[in-house]
Amino acid sequence: MRVLVCVKRVPAPGARISITADEQSVDTTHLGFAMSPHEECAVEEAVQMVERHGGDATVLTLGPAEAEEQLRYSASLGVNNAVLLRTDGTAWDPQRTARAIAGAVETLEAADGPFDLILFGNESADSGGFQVGVRVANKLDRPMVNAIKGIVPDFDSGLVTAKRDIDGGFEVYAMAMPAVLGVKEGLNLPRYPTMRGRLASKKIDVTVIEAEADAGGQAKIRLLSPPEQESNTVRLGEGVAAAPAIVDLFEELGVL
Amino acid sequence: MPEILVLAEHDRGTLDGATLEALTFARTLGSDIAVLVCGDFDLAAQLGEYGATKVYVAEHDLLDSDFGPEAWGQTLAALIEDSQPDIVIACGTSKGNEVMAQAAARLDVPFVANCLQVEADAEEMTRVQWGGSLLERSTLDAEVKLISLSHHSIDALAADAGSPEVETFEPELAESLSRTVVVGREMAEAGVTLATAPVVVGGGRATGGPDGFAPLEELAALLGGRVGCSRAVTNNGWRPHSDQVGQTGTRIAPELYIASGISGAIQHWVGAMASKNILAINTDPDANMVVKADYAVIGDMHEIIPAVVEEVKRRRG
Repeated sequence: MRVLVCVKRVPAPGARISITADEQSVDTTHLGFAMSPHEECAVEEAVQMVERHGGDATVLTLGPAEAEEQLRYSASLGVNNAVLLRTDGTAWDPQRTARAIAGAVETLEAADGPFDLILFGNESADSGGFQVGVRVANKLDRPMVNAIKGIVPDFDSGLVTAKRDIDGGFEVYAMAMPAVLGVKEGLNLPRYPTMRGRLASKKIDVTVIEAEADAGGQAKIRLLSPPEQESNTVRLGEGVAAAPAIVDLFEELGVL
Repeated sequence: MPEILVLAEHDRGTLDGATLEALTFARTLGSDIAVLVCGDFDLAAQLGEYGATKVYVAEHDLLDSDFGPEAWGQTLAALIEDSQPDIVIACGTSKGNEVMAQAAARLDVPFVANCLQVEADAEEMTRVQWGGSLLERSTLDAEVKLISLSHHSIDALAADAGSPEVETFEPELAESLSRTVVVGREMAEAGVTLATAPVVVGGGRATGGPDGFAPLEELAALLGGRVGCSRAVTNNGWRPHSDQVGQTGTRIAPELYIASGISGAIQHWVGAMASKNILAINTDPDANMVVKADYAVIGDMHEIIPAVVEEVKRRRG
């Protein structure tokens, strides 16, 4: 089978996020980078599917030259091919991003055949537009469902069974492949790279395509921090001595 | 005043409360508010109570059985073309955002997800990034403005409104869109879920392992609540991912969230911040969760939670 995974390079923040002086981006001076957590599961799923069914997995990202780091990380986990849709590093709006990715998919498929599955993260960790995967699927006229936490492809029937995370359980969908899925963390537990994987990832060729697409109708003006919530934290006490005060609080809130 | 169209989110005829948030929000932008109901379901009375002046009931075989993101998205796109609203609003739930994205893709127009504040003409807005720990001021240039409201960002309030006019809408939907209609369900045991529990008792890395959650389970059971956890816990395989509270887990909004041994990294905080009250139990008085919580107790959760369990049992006799 052939699987494509689309990932995004994002900063990896801890307890707070700072903004640059020009208010255009996250201050990454002291931050590392990763792919969005949902996408780590998409990469793991692609590798597992290829281990089970044979074939190959490709990872694609739209971003700056530095996003090669996330492509090579994916390769260290077992992804076979890597594609960088290179931008100048400015944030692209969702329509523009989707246009560029859909165009690249068409190019890749014209060369090597269709992808049975294209996996996106449910939403990116940073801008969280909740739409790039849907737009790409629409341009390719393929079925697409978001919030997927279980995937079982069946190559006899040509159907992929996908489970969508809903409150208290799952909805089940059965789609003819080729299909597009937006996946969520919890789909699997991603592996860590092995030393052998790390060495192999240094050798793979990254296909670089200059990303081109018309801008869409949404444009960022600036980033801002949310208003600091008044933190008038009420101290109920220390240690086990605070237990009665905690239960008083339960009574006060009517949850006892 | 702009003409507004709101997407009703419902599960086979049961309206999702998130729709009432979207309607409440829509009333801040205009008074001419139509609502789209996908499928032949009678929700007009409920929708009218929250300000809908018109309800379009979309009738089609593909809409009557169950949810389908493409069938719903195509229906919304068709109604937008047909009724030409100025602004289209959904609540930014998983399905609300997905259906809006489907409609936007079909119309090739922009869609701005998870807004907190929108100017009257919807040409400028503040939206959520990083699950709410960062905001983005953004412009929207489009004939029709598709936006979603950040879920849990406002309380739904009923309006002084009469009964809405009800009109049948018959969209043309390709049979092929049945490809993404729900074919089945796998539900966990009945009972309170993490997203709807009135009390959530959360544990982090400090629980030390799967066994460390036993006292939390006991407290949650006593309070009719559920146990939640941080991403560190699920990444270690100590709890199933369905228990994770956070940006990539479940967004909770209980009456009380008890965060025990949780430092409060952004990933976790944004999943917990809609809680009405937060009680942090932590050995570190400077932990982010302690600083941001409404109530805090400084100390070791391994000692405090069992003591609280005993106190609850004592008072109940």
